[in-house]
Amino acid sequence: MHNSPYFLKPASVRSVMLRVLLALLPGIAAYVWFFGAAVLVQIALASVTALLAEAAMLKLRGKPLMLYLGDGSALVTAWLIALTFPPIAPWWLTVIGVLAAIVVAKHLYGGLGQNPFNPAMVAFALMIVAYPSLMSQWPAVGFTDFAPQLNAIFGPRQLDAITMATPLDALRTALHTEEARATVAGVLGSSASFGNIGGKGWEWVAAGYFLGGLYLLQQRIITWHMPAAFLLTLLVISGAFAAFDPGHFAGPSFHLFTGGAMLGAFFIVTDPVSGCTTPRGKLFFAAGIGLLTWIIRAFGAYPDGIAFAVLLMNIAAPLIDMNTQPPVFGHKDKRGSAK
Amino acid sequence: MSALRKLFRFHGGVKPDYHKHASTRQPIAGTPIPAELVIPLHQSIGGPPRPLVQAGERVLKGQRIGDADGNVSSAVHASTSGTVTAVEMRRMPHTSGLSALCVVIKPDGRDEWIARQSFDFRNASPTETRDYLRDAGVVGLGGAVFPSHLKLNAGKQGRLDTLVLNGAECEPFITCDDVLMRERGEAILKGAAIMREMLAAGRVLIGIEDNKPEAIAAMMAAARAAGDDAIQVVAVPTRYPAGGAKQLIRVLTGIEVPHGERSTDYGVQCFNVGTAYATHDAIALGQPLISRIVTVAGNVGQARNYEVLFGTPMRDLIAPCAPLPDSDRVIMGGPMMGFRMPGDDVPVVKATNCVLVGSDALFPPPPPEMSCIRCGECAKVCPSDLQPFEMYWFARARLFGKAQEYHLFDCIECGCCAYVCPSRIPLVDYYRFAKSEIWAREVEKEAADQARDRYEFRLLREEREKQEKAAKLAAKTAAGREKAAAALAEAEKPARTPEEEAKHALIAAALERAKAQKERAHPENTSNLSPEQQAEIAAIEARRAEIREQAKPHLRADD
Amino acid sequence: MALGAIVLGGALGYAAVRFRVEGDPLVEKIDAILPQTQCGQCGYPGCKPYAQAIAKGEAEINQCPPGGEEGIHKLADLLGREFKPLSAEHGIEKPKAVALIDEQTCIGCTLCIQACPVDAIVGAAKQMHTVIAGQCTGCELCLPPCPVNCISMEPIAESVESWKWKYPVFKLTPSRKEAA
Ligand code: SF4
Ligand code: SF4
Ligand code: SF4
Repeated sequence: MHNSPYFLKPASVRSVMLRVLLALLPGIAAYVWFFGAAVLVQIALASVTALLAEAAMLKLRGKPLMLYLGDGSALVTAWLIALTFPPIAPWWLTVIGVLAAIVVAKHLYGGLGQNPFNPAMVAFALMIVAYPSLMSQWPAVGFTDFAPQLNAIFGPRQLDAITMATPLDALRTALHTEEARATVAGVLGSSASFGNIGGKGWEWVAAGYFLGGLYLLQQRIITWHMPAAFLLTLLVISGAFAAFDPGHFAGPSFHLFTGGAMLGAFFIVTDPVSGCTTPRGKLFFAAGIGLLTWIIRAFGAYPDGIAFAVLLMNIAAPLIDMNTQPPVFGHKDKRGSAK
Repeated sequence: MSALRKLFRFHGGVKPDYHKHASTRQPIAGTPIPAELVIPLHQSIGGPPRPLVQAGERVLKGQRIGDADGNVSSAVHASTSGTVTAVEMRRMPHTSGLSALCVVIKPDGRDEWIARQSFDFRNASPTETRDYLRDAGVVGLGGAVFPSHLKLNAGKQGRLDTLVLNGAECEPFITCDDVLMRERGEAILKGAAIMREMLAAGRVLIGIEDNKPEAIAAMMAAARAAGDDAIQVVAVPTRYPAGGAKQLIRVLTGIEVPHGERSTDYGVQCFNVGTAYATHDAIALGQPLISRIVTVAGNVGQARNYEVLFGTPMRDLIAPCAPLPDSDRVIMGGPMMGFRMPGDDVPVVKATNCVLVGSDALFPPPPPEMSCIRCGECAKVCPSDLQPFEMYWFARARLFGKAQEYHLFDCIECGCCAYVCPSRIPLVDYYRFAKSEIWAREVEKEAADQARDRYEFRLLREEREKQEKAAKLAAKTAAGREKAAAALAEAEKPARTPEEEAKHALIAAALERAKAQKERAHPENTSNLSPEQQAEIAAIEARRAEIREQAKPHLRADD
Repeated sequence: MALGAIVLGGALGYAAVRFRVEGDPLVEKIDAILPQTQCGQCGYPGCKPYAQAIAKGEAEINQCPPGGEEGIHKLADLLGREFKPLSAEHGIEKPKAVALIDEQTCIGCTLCIQACPVDAIVGAAKQMHTVIAGQCTGCELCLPPCPVNCISMEPIAESVESWKWKYPVFKLTPSRKEAA
């Protein structure tokens, strides 16, 4: 028989995970609106793969199947993969990505709670290194026709008609290839993929994620530390460089509203398992990701740097945690809050 | 008397369902004297009292039956008059279900008191008053049963700023302090006044959670009647564990008393309201602590508070409360920090603030434990500002040293972390496990150190005896002539060089020093003591070590 | 007399070498892990000599039955050696016990007093002897010398004070492998 406390708050991992999924919905809705329903196919594909892989791994490791399968953590990973991969990526890309996340990044490290790296980001990094071109084919905004998209996922691929470089990609390519002549303003003005604030369409998706993030904050599933530190760092550093050399560096609004910034801020950086847990540690951790993201975006070879930034900071997380232990009750003299 | 004052916050805390209403509908009731009283001798922190009575002896109500063993201990008394039928091992109100020495009394129904006399503490020295309270068996009645006389010591400065009376009672279901404050506020305040004088405290703050408006009103009325401006009743926000001594001190004064330090060094001391009441009983009425208010609640039809004689079997209390048929367990204390009892036959003791009847319906078994997802919920609610998941991680891996580095012993086992954990990890069980392993190891280590010392001393002693024998033999041989010659030849053979001689002298000197040191360190081992004396010293020492060990875990002095 | 001094000096010198190995921190550390039962089951005359033998690399770390598995783990950690299960030839791990002398049978021969490594037995010649339970290490060295077999080992009973909280059990996850 169990011991005290005999009362437990009605909370469970499952309810946490389900609310995370719920919070993703506004962003997904905007996604579908601007880029078509292909992303839903990817989500379904990733979910099924993730659940099957999770079940197989649990069985192999002799864990209670229903208990862990029902926790919903595999679904969250699957959805994040589906949302960070191009929606018109061939089906096997998503499947391999999900398998890498669930089997390698999660279960080979000991399952939920023991994984040092964010599984979704492991999948993304792995795939973009292995299949850089497939991972950069994104649907053009406004081409929401379902049939060609479906074809792109499952059938022989005829992509030109429906793809377009993502804003980040377009900017990077332009700046890198045309070197001296291209300026940020010029590129942003010239291409159809740039909207008013960030990337066209993407800004609305980002707004959807932001909304979901607010919900998570309100539900106290995440704390303000990580999103704030991440977004602020990105804002400050991109702002500073844009002010210093507006020709070569995109401004903060562009950085915040394109790519995975919002999704990252509220859903990826905040993964509790692989991140920091102390309040101060969270600030350092997320700020580090913000900084690395910007560096990779501005100078790196890949269009978006969140995945690599997250993985790099995952390595540092335990160290940060260890050095940011909050003072214990009665030992706060240094901060002057007690006696 | 209640001023609007600035309150402070402690970190974390939770708001479980309180369930307090059921047991406060009726006033405190008495209980009939049971057919048999089983009074455990060891009811407080510190050394187990020595029995003063034998089977067959007649005792009076309030007669001392167990004498405090040293100063860190507290006496126990017969709770009614009757005949001692046995002094034997009986099952204790403890989760282990193990037995300890109890005095079993068959009441004679006359309930005949000893001669009672108030104690004139104003004309007694502080030490005399403390000794009196120790012999009256007054201990903290908030659940920690720390001997009160040890806490009624103003410490270095000889005076305190604040005496805190703890009426917060934050645990769900428990209402014994609530009803005590409602009904007997005056006596509580009188007890507080005695404590205040002993501690030379500037003011008295009575902290009560704001979910007890009746108690707050009653205490305010009592304070008004007492007409003392230094006594203030303060409503504190209802948030578990606001009734933890350290948390309440923090809320009322802003002072955080670190683990392992005395709160008097910070100018404050904290007592439970029930303890103040018991102090008044002891000093003003000359009645030792023989009963207390106990809440019977949980899976019962009629929850209520009773004034219960110590030694009354819990089942005698539960029966009139109409326990529901699915009741399957008895918990001593509340649902957050209480302990499961091995059965309903165990006696009510000084630590019993609540007898909580439970069932699977009321306290459903937790869903299976899952892996920690490091969500940090536990750290958010921990009132000791700990990182519970880190301690859990190390306790689970049995890396006790690491768990201690994360301040395992600052954990007050309040259960907030386990209450919120979405993975349903019985976190506190891991801490209890780790703590008791660490204590056991410390006991073992001390025993090993002692054994090592004794062994080394024995080797030295044997060596000395050998030398003495050798010296005697040498003297004898030197006396015999032929043998002397032979010896001379012998001595010349290995003729030592001066260097060797010097080295030997050095070694000898070193050994001599070591021996002297050993003997200084262990004066009790000198052989001119009789074996009886030695045995007695050793036994006392062993007991002392045991007391130290027992006292260590509890020395946080929560009341 | 000079002769006597020399003999004495020699004996003392021998004793110093034999019994006092001062200032070897490794031996001290090993000795701190050993349970100090002084039972000699390891094959050495006491815990310290065994510690010295381990430090010199002459002895295995798994020869101490009272220290048990846990002791071996600790030694393995300290010395960076591989953990080995307790060597069967040196004995088995038993619950801790203390010696009890049946005071009716004891003839007061003092043989057990001489055997006890920690002076835990008190009594004079021809008088009944008693074990001071708090100091007895449970080494069992007093059992064989007793001519009337009046000494028995009593396991130490658990009390409310010494009772320990158990490791929380995992009911539904029996094959939890990563639980270290
Ligand atoms: S609340 Fe539970 S799951 Fe969350 S960090 Fe704490 S122990 Fe881990
Ligand atoms: S039980 Fe200990 S670790 Fe958990 S919340 Fe309470 S004080 Fe903190
Ligand atoms: S009394 Fe016997 S068992 Fe105990 S330490 Fe002495 S010799 Fe060993």
